[in-house]
Amino acid sequence: MIPELGHFALILAFVLSLVQGTLPLVGAARGEARWMAVANPAAVGQFGLLLLAFLALMYAFIVSDFTVSNVVQNSHSAKPMLYKITGVWGNHEGSMILWVLILALFGAMVALFGRNLPPTLKARVLGIQGLIGVGFLLFILATSNPFLRVDPPPLDGTDLNPLLQDPGLAFHPPFLYFGYVGFSMAFSFAIAALIEGRVDAAWARWVRPWTLAAWCGLTLGIALGSWWAYYELGWGGWWFWDPVENASLMPWLTGTALLHSAIVVEKRDTLKSWTILLAIVTFGLSLLGTFLVRSGVLTSVHAFAVDPERGIFILVLLILALGGGLALYAIRAPRLQGGGLFAPISREGGLIVNNLLLVTATLTVLVGTLYPLLLDAVGGGLVSVGPPFFNAVFIPLAVPLVAAMGIGPMLAWKRGDLRAALGRLWFAAVVVIVVALGAVWFWAGGPVLAVLGVAMGLWLVASALTEMAERIRLFRIPLAASWQRFTGLPRSAYGLTLAHAGLGIAILGMVGTSVFRTEVIEIMAPGEQIEIAGYVLTFDGVRDVQGPNYISNQGHLVAEADGNQFFLTPEKRWYPIAQMATTEAAIATTWLADIYVALGEPRDDGRWVIRAWHHPLVPWIWVGSVIMVLGGFVSLTDRRLRVGAPRRAKIGASVQPAE
Amino acid sequence: MRRLVYLVPLTVFLALAIWLAVPLLEGRDPSALPSALIDQAVPVTDLPGIPGRVRDAVGLTDADLLAGEPILVNVFASWCLPCLAEHPLLMGLSDDGVTIHAINYRDDPADSADWLARHGDPFDRVGLDRDGRAGVDWGVTGVPETFVIDADGRIRYRFAGPLTPAILDRDIRPLLASLNQ
Repeated sequence: MIPELGHFALILAFVLSLVQGTLPLVGAARGEARWMAVANPAAVGQFGLLLLAFLALMYAFIVSDFTVSNVVQNSHSAKPMLYKITGVWGNHEGSMILWVLILALFGAMVALFGRNLPPTLKARVLGIQGLIGVGFLLFILATSNPFLRVDPPPLDGTDLNPLLQDPGLAFHPPFLYFGYVGFSMAFSFAIAALIEGRVDAAWARWVRPWTLAAWCGLTLGIALGSWWAYYELGWGGWWFWDPVENASLMPWLTGTALLHSAIVVEKRDTLKSWTILLAIVTFGLSLLGTFLVRSGVLTSVHAFAVDPERGIFILVLLILALGGGLALYAIRAPRLQGGGLFAPISREGGLIVNNLLLVTATLTVLVGTLYPLLLDAVGGGLVSVGPPFFNAVFIPLAVPLVAAMGIGPMLAWKRGDLRAALGRLWFAAVVVIVVALGAVWFWAGGPVLAVLGVAMGLWLVASALTEMAERIRLFRIPLAASWQRFTGLPRSAYGLTLAHAGLGIAILGMVGTSVFRTEVIEIMAPGEQIEIAGYVLTFDGVRDVQGPNYISNQGHLVAEADGNQFFLTPEKRWYPIAQMATTEAAIATTWLADIYVALGEPRDDGRWVIRAWHHPLVPWIWVGSVIMVLGGFVSLTDRRLRVGAPRRAKIGASVQPAE
Repeated sequence: MRRLVYLVPLTVFLALAIWLAVPLLEGRDPSALPSALIDQAVPVTDLPGIPGRVRDAVGLTDADLLAGEPILVNVFASWCLPCLAEHPLLMGLSDDGVTIHAINYRDDPADSADWLARHGDPFDRVGLDRDGRAGVDWGVTGVPETFVIDADGRIRYRFAGPLTPAILDRDIRPLLASLNQ
């Protein structure tokens, strides 16, 4: 009964999205206020119905209703409750429900909190959101219905892929989807602006919080995904250039470009058609990511349920949304001219450099991801590009990007003075040069890339702090006055410092673990010791442990150094229902480095292969990412994003997820 | 002229969309790539072993592939997530007594030794194809890929992409059984 309720709610949501996708758009074209007014209740109602459908599916998973085919295939009665709940989106059908639920959530937020939007713009934005909803709800109902029953019901389910039974991955999809789907708001705003034929500072101000919220979600989602890869998949690799990872990186890169170009539209009333194009392309890349994962044209570990029929459906959606958007762009964008002029060396110029580099980076990732397909199409079918390609092209692009990130915020709008900006960065430059030279001395003849990487990370942190110090005139006026300036700064200024410094910290982490990691491999009997990076590791043997839906060999080790003691329990798990084995690494962190231990194969004589790694700075990758997201949140609360809003506090709350 | 610039994004996108659509509309399974090598003798192969590999550090040559019994050749890399997804199936095949050799494609030998030690090593011989040259000879489009070689050293089957239990039951096990007769 409950699954049928969910199914009906899904169908009703589809019908409602048809209404939301037509009446307000026609109403806006004809100037019919009452037609436009349909958008609000339709958007809120759609969210309510999809929430109902989502909860119905979750209920089926929680009570292990094995008459529902989706539950049978992805759950088991002995699975821990956390993974029963997260199993809802751990499969294709459920994850699509989550997708449309978040889409409807954004629509409802615009309906409820977008009171200061002009009525026609709001009606058009919600209308476009409705049309996206029509496409995806039709997709779910036609090809991926999660509420299908099985008869006769089996006694128990076949369990979720054990690699996915993990806290890091459990919460990775909701954040990622929040980001992907959040960019639909930027898309809807862009299409609505093209229909209206007007893009101005006010438009940029409205579109920015949505983009920023989506960007925060996506950043957090990608960070969680790489954290999972780090501790679950391997020997401490945290990024694999897998097609699915690339699919999330591409909208992140263009979304970052969009965030920055929207600032230019807002402050200087220029770069309009470029910003519109970025908004369309960013959402297009989100859709392309969904297509690549679901269609199976590229192979990936994330491709749980590959089905060519679904691939065609998503491709049609992609062509309608992106093709339609870009066609409208080709017709309307040439009219979006005007705006302020500026010299090449200026804040605008810096942001353009940032945009060009980000878009170039996106293109290289796109080419690298689709390259195997391209060669297949021309009959070559010979080469696959792995990390070697991406490392070779991505790092050269990152260097100028990072350099510009330090200088750009120092430049004035319209016409900047590069020499003065560089002059103000002397302190950052000195720090970087001293530390880089120190690094060269320390690893004499050592890795050049490592020194470069350390310099890049430090440069970002130091220049972000310098920029803040300049703003508050630190040490040039009394400290109390500086503090007063600091507290009086707009929130977006804090956001800038946090986000740029956060990226610098993350880069330091990436370089630290890539270049300076050390490892030991030893076949150990209980009681034996090995040494790694100053730690003494004592192996205390392996015990058999019974988990809820797995059996496990649990190794026990103690790591000791300078009175610090860490207990490590790496495991090899066997999931009998899913017939799969997983290895669970044990990690002890000091926040400056990780000790990472994995249990290998047993030997016939009772000894075990033990592999231990020392990963310097690796936690900084995720600490830095969290600081970046924090910067995004702080920026979201900036007053200027809600200027003109009579209900200031409420709007702030709407776009500011819990920290 | 200036207006034409604004048509560029649309044109590029449509070209991309058509190119993505063709394989789907042809209805072919993207994994079932044809191979020019089917029923041909295996290409000349002489690859060094992985020095840090626990099980054995001997490389892979075409002499190993003329085994007098049907065998599998798996192309894998430690940086490849789909390879990890199919790995338990290869472990299972190996436990069932199937001989599996491997080509370690464009990989760092230390990484692949770690990977095999951590996730289990179902392979008899592993040849290190550091620059991807052997991959070119074998017509590899990406990792993972799996080949079935008959007793006379001819390639009888090729599958691109991660193996699934369904593929094993439908294609590989029956083929191995018939080749064994």
